[in-house]
Order: sequence, then C-alpha cells, then structure tokens
Amino acid sequence: MIKEKDFGTPPSPARERVNLTIDGMALQVPQGTSVMRAAAESDIDIPKLCATDSLKAFGSCRLCLVEIEGQQGMPASCTTSVTEGMVVRTRSEQLNRARRGVMELYISDHPLACATCPAKGDCELQDRAEELGLSESRYGCDGMNHVALETDTSNPYFTFDPSKCIVCSRCVRACDEVQGTFALTIRDRGFSSIVSPGPEENFLASECVSCGACVQACPTATLLENSVIKYGQPERSVITTCAYCGVGCSFRAEMKGDQLVRMVPYKDGQANHGHGCIKGRFAFGYAHHPDRVLKPMLREKTSDEWREVEWHEAIEFVASRFKAIQAEYGSKSIGGITSSRCTNEEVWVVQKLIRAGFKNNNVDTCARVCHAPTGYGLKQTLGTSAGTQNFDSVLNADVIILIGSNPTAAHPVFAAQMKRRLRAGARLIVIDPRSIELVRSPHIKARYHLQLLPGTNVAMINAFAHVVVTEGLVAEDYVAARCEPESFAAWRDFVSRPEHSPEAVSRVTGVAAEQIRAAARLYAEGPRSAIYYGLGVTEHSQGSTMVMGMANLAMATGNLGYTGTGINPMRGQNNVQGSCDMGSFPHELPDYRPVSDDSVRATFEAAWQVELDSEPGLRIPNMFAAALAGKYRGIYIQGEDVAQSDPDTQHVEAALSAMDCVVVQDLFLNQTSRFAHVFLPGTSFLEKDGTFTNAERRINRVRPLMPTQTGKAEWQVTQALANAMGYPMNYADAAQIMTEIAALTPSFAGVSFAHLDAVGSVQWPCNETALMGTPIMHVGQFVRGKGRFMLTEFVPTDERANRRFPLLMTTGRILSQYNVGAQTRRTANSTWSPEDVLEVHPHDAQLRGIAEGDLVAVRSRKGETTLHATLTERVPPGVVYTTFHHPETGANILTTDYADWATDCPEYKVTAVEVAPASRPTEWQQRVHGAG
Amino acid sequence: MTINIYIARETSARSVGADHIAQQLQALTQQAGLDIDIIRHGSRGMTWLEPLLEVDTAQGRVAYGPVTPDDLNGLLGAEFYLGKPHELGHGLTEQLSYFAVQRRVTFNRCGLVAAGSVDDYRAHDGFVGLKRALQMAPQQIIDEITQSGLRGRGGAGFPTGSKWQTVANTPSEQKYIICNADEGDSGTFSDRLLMEGDPLALIEGMMIAGRAVGADAGVIYLRSEYPLAAELLSDAITAAREAGWLGNAIQGCDFDFDLELRSGAGSYVCGEETAMLESLEGKRGQVRCKPPLPASKGLWQKPSVINNVITLATVPAILAGGASAYAELGVDRSRGTLPFQLAGNIKHGGLVEVPFGLTLRELIFAIGGGTASGRPVRAVQVGGPLGAYFPVSLLDTALDYEIFTALDGSVGHGGIVVFDDTVDMARQARFAMEFCAVESCGKCTPCRIGSVRGVELLDQIIVDRNAQAERNEQSFELLADLCATMTNTSLCGMGRMTPSPVRSALKYFSEDFYQAAP
Repeated sequence: MIKEKDFGTPPSPARERVNLTIDGMALQVPQGTSVMRAAAESDIDIPKLCATDSLKAFGSCRLCLVEIEGQQGMPASCTTSVTEGMVVRTRSEQLNRARRGVMELYISDHPLACATCPAKGDCELQDRAEELGLSESRYGCDGMNHVALETDTSNPYFTFDPSKCIVCSRCVRACDEVQGTFALTIRDRGFSSIVSPGPEENFLASECVSCGACVQACPTATLLENSVIKYGQPERSVITTCAYCGVGCSFRAEMKGDQLVRMVPYKDGQANHGHGCIKGRFAFGYAHHPDRVLKPMLREKTSDEWREVEWHEAIEFVASRFKAIQAEYGSKSIGGITSSRCTNEEVWVVQKLIRAGFKNNNVDTCARVCHAPTGYGLKQTLGTSAGTQNFDSVLNADVIILIGSNPTAAHPVFAAQMKRRLRAGARLIVIDPRSIELVRSPHIKARYHLQLLPGTNVAMINAFAHVVVTEGLVAEDYVAARCEPESFAAWRDFVSRPEHSPEAVSRVTGVAAEQIRAAARLYAEGPRSAIYYGLGVTEHSQGSTMVMGMANLAMATGNLGYTGTGINPMRGQNNVQGSCDMGSFPHELPDYRPVSDDSVRATFEAAWQVELDSEPGLRIPNMFAAALAGKYRGIYIQGEDVAQSDPDTQHVEAALSAMDCVVVQDLFLNQTSRFAHVFLPGTSFLEKDGTFTNAERRINRVRPLMPTQTGKAEWQVTQALANAMGYPMNYADAAQIMTEIAALTPSFAGVSFAHLDAVGSVQWPCNETALMGTPIMHVGQFVRGKGRFMLTEFVPTDERANRRFPLLMTTGRILSQYNVGAQTRRTANSTWSPEDVLEVHPHDAQLRGIAEGDLVAVRSRKGETTLHATLTERVPPGVVYTTFHHPETGANILTTDYADWATDCPEYKVTAVEVAPASRPTEWQQRVHGAG
Repeated sequence: MTINIYIARETSARSVGADHIAQQLQALTQQAGLDIDIIRHGSRGMTWLEPLLEVDTAQGRVAYGPVTPDDLNGLLGAEFYLGKPHELGHGLTEQLSYFAVQRRVTFNRCGLVAAGSVDDYRAHDGFVGLKRALQMAPQQIIDEITQSGLRGRGGAGFPTGSKWQTVANTPSEQKYIICNADEGDSGTFSDRLLMEGDPLALIEGMMIAGRAVGADAGVIYLRSEYPLAAELLSDAITAAREAGWLGNAIQGCDFDFDLELRSGAGSYVCGEETAMLESLEGKRGQVRCKPPLPASKGLWQKPSVINNVITLATVPAILAGGASAYAELGVDRSRGTLPFQLAGNIKHGGLVEVPFGLTLRELIFAIGGGTASGRPVRAVQVGGPLGAYFPVSLLDTALDYEIFTALDGSVGHGGIVVFDDTVDMARQARFAMEFCAVESCGKCTPCRIGSVRGVELLDQIIVDRNAQAERNEQSFELLADLCATMTNTSLCGMGRMTPSPVRSALKYFSEDFYQAAP
C-alpha cells in the first residue's frame, strides 16, 4: 500500500528560512511553516485529528499541543508558526496527560466497536487512541452521546454515519477550501454540533456535488466509500491517471486482490494535487459492467446477429476485408479514427498502422469535432498547437476570462482550483450565452457576465481588441519586442475600425457596449490576465478565427509567457491533447509536422522502413462524404461513437451503412456498432499500460491495476492487425512504443516510462534542455519566433434563426455524465442525471405552453427529437440548451453540417430550432430505443 | 415655571414599571393642572431604587423610590415635585451615600443627558476629548492611553494602549474599530447602562480610537437581547452624523469616521472576540485560533481594535482630563475606575463606579448594604459565570486584576453576584458546567464534550451526596482531571475558565459536595 504522509498543515511558500529546535533536533524550515509541519518533515509526528495538510490549520482537536520555551501553557502546534530560535518539546508527561485527557473525552462519545468498524485499520481516532494507550474512557459510555444517530445512505457512493463523527470539521473545511461548494456545515452548537449537508437535507438532496473531498478528509468511518464498506479495506495500491476529462487527475487506485476498492486522488498528482470529482473518484464501476464486451465478434452483414470469435479469426477477417477493399477501390479507400480516450501508445500504433500499413493518411481523431480549431489557431499565431500554461498558473492570475467553458461541470477539479483563486480575489469575466455556475456561486461572483448570442464570439473578441487598441491599453514594449510589427500594424488598423467598436458590436452580440468596454479594460489592466476557453469557442463556423482572436488579444496585452496569463483550452477528453500530438490528423505526422514535408516524411520512412504517402488524407467529414460517394469503404474506429457524438446523425448513419467493413474497437456496443461488421473489445483504463497527456500538456502514466479482461492490450490488437495487413510490428510492451514516440517526436524526446516513473509527470516539450518539462510556454519568445497577429473578420454563421426555427439551441455538459455517457451511464452517476433535458427560458416556455417537466419536441432543419423540458433563467430568452449524454435523446440528430472554415470542426453550438409540446417520442426514438 | 421630573428610560427601570409610572404621572399631573415635564434620560445606576423619580430643585435633583403606581397620589399630595419630603424620599440624589462614594469617570454623564442629543452631550463636556485628539498626532493619542493605564474592561484586562499600538503599527489600507457590546455575563449590565444612558460617549471613544490607529470604520456588535440600547445607539449615531460628528471631514478636519450597528447572534461565545469576528463576517459564531491576533488580522483579515463598551466609553474622559488624572486613581497596575455591578442576593443592587483597590467587603456591605434576604453572605462570584466563588474569609480581597488572578479568580467585567447561606455550591458548580455546555460553540473538544461530562459528573456527585452514599473518590479525581483538561487544552477562555467556579466551589465549599443540605 502506498501511504501518503500527512504533514498536518499546507507547506509555506516563503523563501526565508527559520531555525528552530524540536525535541533537541535542530531544524530549518520556511518561514510561516507550522510547528506541526516542521516536526513532521523531520519525522517527528505530533498526534493530531483535525489537521490535514490539504486544509488550513483549524486548531479544534487539541491533541497536537506542544511546549515551547518561553511561552505559557501548551499551544497547538498546527496553529503556531515557527519563529527563529524557537525551542519546542513534543513529548512530556504534561503533554501526555493533556492529550490523554482530551482523548478520553473523544472516546466517551464514540461507539466502542472498532473491531467491526469498516474503517478498522484506516481510522485516525483509533490510531491516536492506541498511541496514547487508551481503549476506554473513565467517563464510561452512559453519558450523553451521539451513538444512536441515524446513518445517511442517500448518496450511492458513500455513507454518512454521524454516530462516529468527532466534529473535527475536516469534511466541512474540505467542502469549503478544497472543492469550494460550501454544501456542508456544522449545525447547532456545543455538544449538539453535527455535520450537516444543508439545514434539513440528506446528502443526495443537498448541494453536495459528490466530489468526495469530505470522504477523503474524514479521519474516521463517519464518511466512508460504500465500496470500502462492501469490499473491506484495500491491500495494495497503484498510482494511475483518470480516464475521464482533460484535467488528467492522478489517483491512488486501492485494490483488494483484483477488486478495485476505491480511487483516492493522489496528493503528488501535479494536475490535481489530491483532489477529485464524482466521475474520477467514484464512477469506475463501468469497467466491470455486465454490458462490457470481452470477446471479439463479427458478422457478414450488419443485419446479422453478432458471432463471438477468437482473436485471430477477427483479425484475419478485418485484414482480408480491408485488403480486398484496397485491391478493388485503391489504397485510399480505407482509413481510421483514433481515440482520444486511449493512451498515447495505443493511438500511435493506430496512426502508424494507417500510414504504414494502409499506406495512406486517412487518419483523423475526435479532436476534429472539438479542439481542432485550437490546434490550428494557436499554431498560426504562437507556433504550437496546445495550451500555454500549467493548471497551477491560474493561482497567479489577477483577471480570468472564461469563454464558452463550464469548468464546474466539465473540468470540476480544475474548476475547484480556479474557484480557490477567485475566492482569493481574482476577478472573473464570463462570456457565455448561458449563466453557468461560476457566474454566481458561493463566495464567487463574476465581475462581468457578457451573455452574448450564440455564434457571436468573434464579434465580441474584436470589440475587446478595439477597446485595447483605441484606449491605449496595448502593451507596446511587449508587442515591439516579441511580435511581428507588420502583422500587428495590420491588426491594429483592422480592429480600430468603427464596426468593431463595442457600440457597433453590441447590436450583434446583444451585450451592452459599456459592459464590453469595462470588461476589456479589466482584462487589459490585469496585471496578469488569463483566458480559459472550451468548446463554446471552437465548435463554431468561426472556431479557428476565435482562437486566433484570443491569441491576438493576449499578445497585444502582453499576457503570454508568464505564469498567471495565457490561452488555455479546456480540453474535453483525457487524452485529446495526446491523440493530436501522436499524429492523428490526416495532414500531419506526429508533433504537428506536415505529411507533405519531404524531410519529415523521410525521418519516418527511415524509422518505419516504409514509403509514406505525401498527400494529406481524409478528415472525418470527408470520410463520410467519400463513403456516400462509394469511394471510402472500410474504417477502423478506435474508441469513438461517431453515430452519437458527431453532428447530423442521419448523415453519419447513412455513411456508415454505405461501407463494406466497419470495425469498432470499444468497451461496449454503441450507436456506431449498430453499423459495424467487426467488434474488437477494448480495455478500460484500469487495464491499460501507457500514458495520457492532459490539457496542460502533462504526460502522465497510466498503470494497469489488473490483467486485461479481453486477453489482449489494445495496442496488441492493432499490432496484430498490422501484421495481418502485411506491415510488421513487434513491440514487446507499451514502453517500447514510447521509446519510438520519443525518438520520432521532438517535444517528447526526453520522455520514457522510466523517466515518468522517476519524476511523476512532465509537460511537453520534454527534451534534453527541459528534462523536467515545460510548465509555461512562450517564455521569452514565441515558439514560432515572433508572435503573429491574424485578422479576424466576423462572419455570421449561415445557421440562422427564422420564423420556422426561432430559437437557437446550444449544447454542453453536466457534471455527472461524461461525453456520450458510455461509461457514466453505466454507473450510479445516472442517479443525478437519468436523461438529457432541454433548458428553456420561462418566457419562451410560456409562449409555447410548455410547463416544467413536459415532454417537448425539438425540430431543426436536420431532424427532430423529444426530451423533457426544464424551465430556467440560466438560458436567456431565445436560447435553449441541452446535453448529448444519452443516445435516447440523440441531440445530434438536430445539429447541422456547418463547420469551422479551417478545420471542419462542427458547429454544435448553434442550431436553429423550434420547440413544441409533444405527446410521444419521435418515430426514430421508438424504433431504435423502444422508448414509448 | 415648568418642573422637570426624571424617570429613567432604561431597561431595568422599565422592567419594574418605569414606563407605566411615567404615563400615570403624566396623566395625574395633567389632571391636577401641574406644569410638569417628564424627562426620560438614562439610569443613575441605582437599580434598587427603580422606578426612581428625580425632581429638579435649586439644590439639585431629589430622589424618590422605588415608586409604585399606588404611591403616586401620595407623592403628589406631598408635593414631591417641589422636592418636599415623603417616605420614599432620599434627599438629594448625589448626596446618597451609594452615589457619593462613587468616583464617576465613565458614567459621569449617565442620567444627566438625553441619549441622542448632541447638544446635551456637548453641554456636559462631550467631544472635548475628541477635539483634543484631533489636534494631537495619532501616536500621542496612543501614548496618552498607554500612560493612563487603561486596560480592557471586557474582562481580559489587556493594556488598551498596547493593543492600539499594534493596530497602528500594522500597515493596511483598511482598519476597523470594533466595539464588543455583546454583554453576556450573568450579573453584568454596565455596558447596557452606558449605551442606554450616554451612547455618544461610546461613539466618541470609537472615533478617538479610529484617529489613533488610522481606522475610518467602526462596528458595534450589540447583544441582540438589548433592543432599547439598539434603538438609542442607532438614534445617537444618526444624530452624530447629522451634526457632522460622524462621516467625512469631521468638524472640518482631515478625519473620516463612520460606524455601523450590528446585532449579535444570540450566542454567549460571540462575545469572545474572534467568534465575534466570524459572526460579523456572517459565519457561524465559532472561535478562531490565535495567533493571528485581531490587532493584526481581524475583521475581514484587516487590523482591528476590538474593545469593550466601557473601555471605549472611558477614552473620551481620559483624553479630556488627561492621562495622569485617570492614572492617579486605582492601585498598582489596576489604574482608574471600574463600574462594578452589584447583583444577586444584595440589598442595594446597581452600578457602582469606583477606583480599583476597594475590597469586596466594602462594595458588598458599605455600598451594597449586605444581602437582600438579610441572611449572612456565604459566597460571592466575581467576574461573570466563569469567575471564581469567594468565601467570606476572602471578602477583604482588594479589587485589583493581579490580586484576583493570584487567587485563581478574575475581576472580569466587574460583575459581583452575592449568595447568602442558603446557596448549594455543588449546584453552583454544576451551573458553571451547564452554562458552558449550553453556550459552547462546539469547535474544540474539551469544551464541547468536557462541559457535558462535567454536568454529568456533578449530577452524580449530587445524587451520591443526597443519598448520603459513601463519597466516591473516583468522581472527584475525574472531575479534577476534567477541570485540568479543560483549563489546559481548551481553545478559548470559555472552556479554559469554566473550571474556575467549579474549582473554587470545591476548594472553599467542599462540604456542599459531601453533605446533604440539612
């Protein structure tokens, strides 16, 4: 078992050091360190219960008392800071008596049932009592107590047993300080003090977001994972990386045999610093869900039943079909899609199979439908296709702009970090059509919420730029030193034009000019201003334009190249950054190098011993179009459910139906596999060996906790397919794949499993000059040399509201579900969100006779679906909002084929619709899902 | 000529019918065609004479009391309004020995001025201290307070000048002056009397403090159970603001100061300064750890002076009369005066402002007149519910911070509660633990659980005693250990001091714990 030492109080950031003596040992620690931590760092452990190093010192348990020369009484070591020359004693008869006196009181109000308690062996109260030699109290057990209090089992993931509570407030403080939800409180006072999720509610009904910080903080069995109660205390642990969102949290997976007992966020995880969320911490049960397919399956026609086969038969079937297709329709008639859910190593071999084995560049990835504009826009302006900062950078930001990103739902652990910074005083500007949680939440209030109409981002960013340029807010020295003078001058002239003024733009965006001006000034004045954005930026017809617009603004105000600043894409999937880095785009080899570049290709040709196609391959939408044209007939889809996640579902389904061989590699049968001929069972992250790269370019190890359930690692399946196709691959393990990645990918040059195992994680570029990685990019100068300003003309989308489709629908995420829901729908997370719902403004609802909870039909130019409506002012009038987590809703039946002009990233965020009450589900919902 | 009759508009006078007396008297004098003006000022502090009528005469005010409605016709018949004799008459108020022995510094105006009247206040030397302070450098003000020897009158007795110095020395854009008016000790009422009788003195004191430390904002955290004080304070704040004594550029000087009245949260612990800060910030009233001291990180983490009502209300008099005049009063390190409050089983209960150094005996017998029941005094609790009980043998103890500390007691907020020989000291010890159990914020374990165990142990001891069972040494040993645990390990003064009355009861009245009452 990996046990992380708890130093009791957080480390002090101070540089100055202080000398002191504890128990005769001379020590030197940073100023501001608590006596408790100073002692713990030298392995002098002072007994404690209310202190834990993720929380500020609280001083309530009164066990950590010490004696300090020259001071009266016995101060608490957690709340006492070290001073120069301090002499501390942590052990004496007096201290022992005092601690025993307090412990006796604890025991007098605690069930004496350690032997049968599920926290046995993992209980700080039990440990401290044993250390003090106490197993019972002279006060007896007959006095007033809390032993008969009722247990709250409302939350599916953890149990709250107040009879075991010692009122240390660690749970309350974790909810406040770590997560920032402020759901918990201590109710009543004195002996009646009791932890309570709200005044009357149980945990499930409360504002609790089930992040689990309270469970982790609890020193006793009061808040305990149900899985621990069910399976018992874990016996071994493995450090690995979460497979949900792009935050990429490190976890200590705790196991009992091959049973995963619980996931505990890892304190040394550089992305999450010991915090987690409802998905990462609790929603891992899908890995053993009975729906999981563990054997390869195939069928001649998609109308046939699936037939389980052995691996070799499935591989041979695919290889022979693919070879036959290529023989008949040419080498470019097949291709594949890599998964942003798989490891870098798994992605690497798939794109390699396509380029070297299929001998074409028909490889694309689901980033096509999310952050392709980020890659393009940042490459054009700054020279690199990735976010500029580490997550911790937010702690140094003075002003934060959040555009089209809802981090409390989609990136909850980073959101908790951002909220900490906001509570400490950073000012927030939210640019979003919807009133997301961060606009107003406990102890947080956005200074400005610019509630713009969907599809008007570029107009807004140009107005910001207009204010910066025309009000003399440009960081002239910075721009002169670091950016191209010509492109800057052109941009300055462009944004200065009156049509970009807030007053002019106000008519387009629907946001008051004064608000825009004030927000732009705030950003420019910083001094350290950071932009965080999500798919609300990229998934538009001008997604790439907007990314460049933000980069322009950041350059013009000098907000790049320092901590606290930057352009930060909130990437959705655990390895979407990695899958892009690994060469998943049809026009780029790994590290974003063009396939058309002879010298780049020569490098790979030498290493792979094969001739590579110099012509870019097909993007996903082009694959579908080519399929409908009969020219593209075979596809290998690694872990992506295009039939649910891609826009215009009917078009996607028609394209898949037109192919001769659709191969799906996944954990579960899904919407896409309805059109597949071969199903190759995939592995969950609990079985994988490899690396994920998160949104801050952090490469983190994924370590297997258990053998693969399918008999093969995913890269072994791809390798077998390559060999069957006639291109030899012979990796012995995933580490060898990383060795090849490092050899061929300059920004990964210093990466190896051994290096990662030694240092934890690194942010690329990681090479001989930056072996520990690169937390902040563009320090001193931009990767491309001089920063390039790009002109960003606002062109409204062709998707417009009109009389037939008067509302604009936009889509997003909720906390408890993840993407197409393949994983989270197979866990108790659905307790919170059993279905997608449509958010409608009460005004729009009233006009249409829609009441809360009504079934409504949503129609767009592309299709129709039904779902239940909820009335909320989170959306402005004229805008409706939903999620696409549930296939029964099929939100993408509505979305259009409009897309980003540069990258084909679909315009998910703007669809003109009409909403009306409905009496029954649509015909297709009844047919496919039997809903009725 | 109009005759002025004074009836206190003050909570304790009201509680015994002063408002009714005033209405009745108004009606009766109108019927009789008398030209009488009934004036409702604050209290003179002689609670035992309430409802007290005072009549302005050429020689000064003449006192009659306690008056019942049935007495009014007789008083009128005796022409009391001309100062004539009556069986309830006591002669000139200020010649009453109870009053004459006092040295009123803090309470010198109380009862003489209308609470919300700036004119009245100024006519009685109000704002003289502030005017002087405005002509002094801030450091000079602090020095003056330091030299006066003024210590925190809330109970802790911390030197006020040092506290102000710390706040003055802590650089910050924003600082606060916070008045702790959450007077919750049983048997104490001096804060209330002052706020109901002379609220502008408190306001002036806070302004001087603001000038001294560089604070432009003040907050009065007032006990929610003091509605009249709230009304009168609020009126006084408005009056001061309207007269240009609060707000920006006060009296044309480069000095801004304004203040806000906030209602307490109905919790004793919120009188503890850090719990009060939490409460003021809208949080649960729970004690903070110290350090940091509020003087460096107080309200909203800004440097804050936190002083009790009496401390702040004494400041104007010190500035007006000079530090040395104040320091001449008192003894040793206990300088100046303290408004003691006589309560419990006492004949002449009320407020007595005297210099430090008098003995308990002098206060209780010479001024207080002994017990109300006429039975012998057996125990005296000084310093509120967490103060020690003193036996008769210690009644010659001088009222002095250090002397009381040496006897494991505390002068505290100056509350003195007297018990006669019918008191059951085991029950009093239990009351101390029960008070702690009821009022504990629940943050720290020794107070949260210890107080409950203390009640249970004392209940058992009383049961054993009443059953005349053999004394259970284990209970006493455990009680002693519990007291040690609470004193040594509690987070704030509440848990640390709760054992004090228990220990003193055990020490001086041990027989009550072993022998059933006869």
